[in-house]
Amino acid sequence: MLGTTIILAFRAINRHKLRSFLTTLGIIIGVAAVVTMVTLGNGATAAVREQISSLGANVLQLRPGQGFGRGGGGPRPPDFKPADLTAIQNQLTGVRAVAPMAQSSGTAIYEGNNWSTTVYGTTASYFEVQSWKVTSGRLFMPEEEESGRPVCIIGNTVRTNLFQGGDPIGQRMRIKGVSCQVIGALATRGQGGFGDQDDVVVMPIKFVQRRFTGNRDISQIMIAVDDAYDTSTVQQSLEDLMRERRQIKAGGEDNFNIFDTKQISDTLTGTTTILTQIVGAVAAISLLVGGIGIMNIMLVSVTERTREIGIRLAIGAVAGEVLMQFLVEAIVLSCLGGVIGLLIALVASWAIAPLMQVPFIFDLKVNLIAFFFSAVIGVVFGYFPARRAAALNPIDALRHE
Amino acid sequence: MSVDPIITLRGVTKVYGSGATEFQALKGIDLDIAQGDFVAVMGPSGSGKSTTMNILGCLDVPSAGELLFKGHHVETLDRDQRALLRRRYLGFVFQGFNLLSRTSALENVELPLLYRGEDKQTRYDMGMAALDKVGLKQWWDHTPAELSGGQQQRVAIARAIVTSPDVLLADEPTGNLDSERSIEIMELLTDLNRNSGITVLMVTHEPDMAAFARTIVHFRDGLVERVEKGLAG
Repeated sequence: MLGTTIILAFRAINRHKLRSFLTTLGIIIGVAAVVTMVTLGNGATAAVREQISSLGANVLQLRPGQGFGRGGGGPRPPDFKPADLTAIQNQLTGVRAVAPMAQSSGTAIYEGNNWSTTVYGTTASYFEVQSWKVTSGRLFMPEEEESGRPVCIIGNTVRTNLFQGGDPIGQRMRIKGVSCQVIGALATRGQGGFGDQDDVVVMPIKFVQRRFTGNRDISQIMIAVDDAYDTSTVQQSLEDLMRERRQIKAGGEDNFNIFDTKQISDTLTGTTTILTQIVGAVAAISLLVGGIGIMNIMLVSVTERTREIGIRLAIGAVAGEVLMQFLVEAIVLSCLGGVIGLLIALVASWAIAPLMQVPFIFDLKVNLIAFFFSAVIGVVFGYFPARRAAALNPIDALRHE
Repeated sequence: MSVDPIITLRGVTKVYGSGATEFQALKGIDLDIAQGDFVAVMGPSGSGKSTTMNILGCLDVPSAGELLFKGHHVETLDRDQRALLRRRYLGFVFQGFNLLSRTSALENVELPLLYRGEDKQTRYDMGMAALDKVGLKQWWDHTPAELSGGQQQRVAIARAIVTSPDVLLADEPTGNLDSERSIEIMELLTDLNRNSGITVLMVTHEPDMAAFARTIVHFRDGLVERVEKGLAG
């Protein structure tokens, strides 16, 4: 009986091709919208995760104060001292590399060009923590770090703005009025979560402290955790160590914070996932509207085909068969719409993903759910018109004009 | 013609509506339809002939009284059971042809076979045989819009007889046709009655058409007025 009704459904759809297409258009658009949105959203999430992992995986950032700000009222929490750095290097287990940071900003000048940028004072470990390499030149020598020589390694943005096409290695430029020699040029990292990562000049920390900040304070310490160790365990022992060193009493609040890049990653990907879900939900509403469209046309179809239903009942169709016929017709229509919608979504997200600079990720689960949902819509919105058709009295139906 | 009746009505009444709008369409009908008979049902409109045909065709049930088909009570069957009975034993021809539009003659004729669950080849063979019987074999792939009124009615008859029913019920089968086509249809029905042994029940208001029948039943005011032998009887 099901085979028969499927044949009948395809015949009915085939007889009214245009109407069938228009009926199912809502489902086509709905499914295409949902799947395209979710596919692109997943791509965006993957892109964000990719960008954040470029900040360095398993990196802990130790800063004074609470959170990103330096705290509200009260005295400003002290920066870290060189002894803190030594303590972390010597007393903490599971640490692969530790880099102190002192920050400043100023104008870099080379010949007629000048460029306002950020100056990082740090050690060669910084590049290891960040997994960042030089494309030409070299990193700091230990003796350059030790004595704080005026040498610098420049990011790609600084390089293009000061040296244009020329080779910067060995050239002398001025930064904040002090002359320094360029010894290395860094690989391009592009836009990160915190602006242009390539707009930077990196110098030995001792030089920055002596000439720019005027003290030996360290504003931030970056710690790369060894892959063999659990980041949260290392984070906990780092917190214990710093509380002890900064003499915070039991129960007192930390006057520093430790930021795990994995946390940032989770937060940001969480945000894009929520956005994907919201956009997907909006698109799902259009799928619902598509279902109502099917119900609408099926109800009209039942009225229009009242005589046909009368004939079928008179020649011996039982009510269940008429119900099945119209129900199957609605399901076939919505499933066809679902398949066409999926194909459109596939082409659309494949074409749009490069424009949005996100990877195209085909998610079978999303496609299956969308198709299943379109079938369910056929059942739900097809049932009411089908029941109405099956309940018709054959005599009245035959007399229907 | 002294064979067992195939359909029997005993004290059949039919009441539509209730209270002030109550209308008694049938006021107690007793009627035997003999196996192999060709019965014409006549009467002015409102005389109850259509109501009677609906009951004889098991499309409707009496308000009171008995309806026996081959000796079995039909008035106690439910809607689906009556549908199965129609599917198995009855064929219908309607006044307005009532073919499915945009559907070929063959597909229209195959329709009852679909509900019987016949396979594709059987449907094709039986459908073509039925179309051959009404002389439309070569028109099998034409839709109703491409056929004349007489041809459409012959397709409808092919659809009614494709299952080899015991009884063929025709409601004003010539109502929409000119006299020449009407006579062709009546000759076809007569042939099916005589040579295929199908019992034919036909509603008509044209005495010319009733003349083809063996038995003519006259209705008036919800009662059987008289039963007479037709010219063919």
